[in-house]
Amino acid sequence: MDTTVTTEIKGSVWGGGNRPLGASYGKLMMWFFLVSDALTFSGFLAAYGFSRFKFMETWPIADEVFTHVPFFHGNYPMIYVAFMTFILIMSSVTMVLAVDAGHRMKKNAVIWYMFATIIGGAIFVGSQAWEWATFIRGDYGAIETKGGRILQFVDAETGSRVALADFAKTIPSERVAHKESNGIWFYKEATQPSFTINEVIEGFKANPSLAIKTETINEEGEKVILNRQESLSKLSDASQVVEGANLIHNEYGSRLFADFFFFITGFHGFHVFSGVIINLIIFFNVVLGTYERRGHYEMVEKVGLYWHFVDLVWVFVFTFFYLV
Amino acid sequence: MAHEHKLEIFRGLWKFKSNTQKIWGVLAFLTLVTAVEVVLGIYKPAMLTGTYVLGMKLLNWIFIILTLVKAYYISWDFMHLRDEKSALRRAIVWTPIFLVLYLVFILLVEANYIFDVYKDGFIKWNF
Repeated sequence: MDTTVTTEIKGSVWGGGNRPLGASYGKLMMWFFLVSDALTFSGFLAAYGFSRFKFMETWPIADEVFTHVPFFHGNYPMIYVAFMTFILIMSSVTMVLAVDAGHRMKKNAVIWYMFATIIGGAIFVGSQAWEWATFIRGDYGAIETKGGRILQFVDAETGSRVALADFAKTIPSERVAHKESNGIWFYKEATQPSFTINEVIEGFKANPSLAIKTETINEEGEKVILNRQESLSKLSDASQVVEGANLIHNEYGSRLFADFFFFITGFHGFHVFSGVIINLIIFFNVVLGTYERRGHYEMVEKVGLYWHFVDLVWVFVFTFFYLV
Repeated sequence: MAHEHKLEIFRGLWKFKSNTQKIWGVLAFLTLVTAVEVVLGIYKPAMLTGTYVLGMKLLNWIFIILTLVKAYYISWDFMHLRDEKSALRRAIVWTPIFLVLYLVFILLVEANYIFDVYKDGFIKWNF
């Protein structure tokens, strides 16, 4: 390297003192990571778009899936996600205020703003856990056909959803879940649904006010509701009762929707969680005065970049999962 | 560390006295945009869902554009891209935009083709 012409001292160039593009080594590396992470998330969202376009006419409508708000009964689409979005933006603001206070070397302000950021992140992760739990539990229950399509039950007049528990007949049957302890082979099966397929079908037949809502979306952008005749003939394709959602069955409609929901919001939630952990570490460093002694708060700025990125990703997830 | 902050947004239409004030101003703007999105998402005006622009509902275009607007202000003001050198900014922004547009274009065209095969081809999948 003797031939290299440099105006700086060798030690500072190779010791990390160089600042290409006016950004320090740490910040540049954080940006490298964020760009690659952005591409990862874009890959997921693009794959979501692929599956959605593939099943354009049968994809679930998010407004009909995420309708719950904790402590409130009833149908409130969007409200809770909007709240989560606001919490995340708010915690982004306290983060950037912490960075700003760091520039001005105000240790106590940095401490309090970082604390608020961590609380905001924790609220967001908690909300996401609640959203997952609600989604997994399901609310009305549905029937899956032999082809893996979902049939939901609605009131024929109002079009509002009807839960399986409200109309299924009680027919005694001997079917019990196979437990690991009962067999030679240490297999067990999943929990049995609350109702058998026959109970649901008989209950439907006995209840003339019910109709079936299919996955198909009509030109008005609403799910098609079959008339009584079609509903009854459709029921002959029924293969099993589905309650809630997991990676294999999904009472809200296309199972791919549930897969992508778990995968994308899960990956994002994992980012938020690790962001909270990293923020906590930096928070304690600030409290201990590490950056005060170092003479600058650039570390706060770097974790801040990560934290804002998490917010940025959520803005896109919010749009493509809940709005569009 | 860039201690200098550019204190104006909307191309100088809205100037702030300090960085802290700018942060709150951007928050107000982001909150407003989110509120508009949520209200549109709940009420879904028939005028916007009925009109199609380039094969997509006008409402969805509005959502996507508002999302990009939000992304712009988060990265420019919260992540301080506004204060970085323009070469760094361009490297960060245009690389993903180019790759993502390319990927999305390929995947959506392909998905649309598969949709047509499922719909018009002799394949039964919805039974």
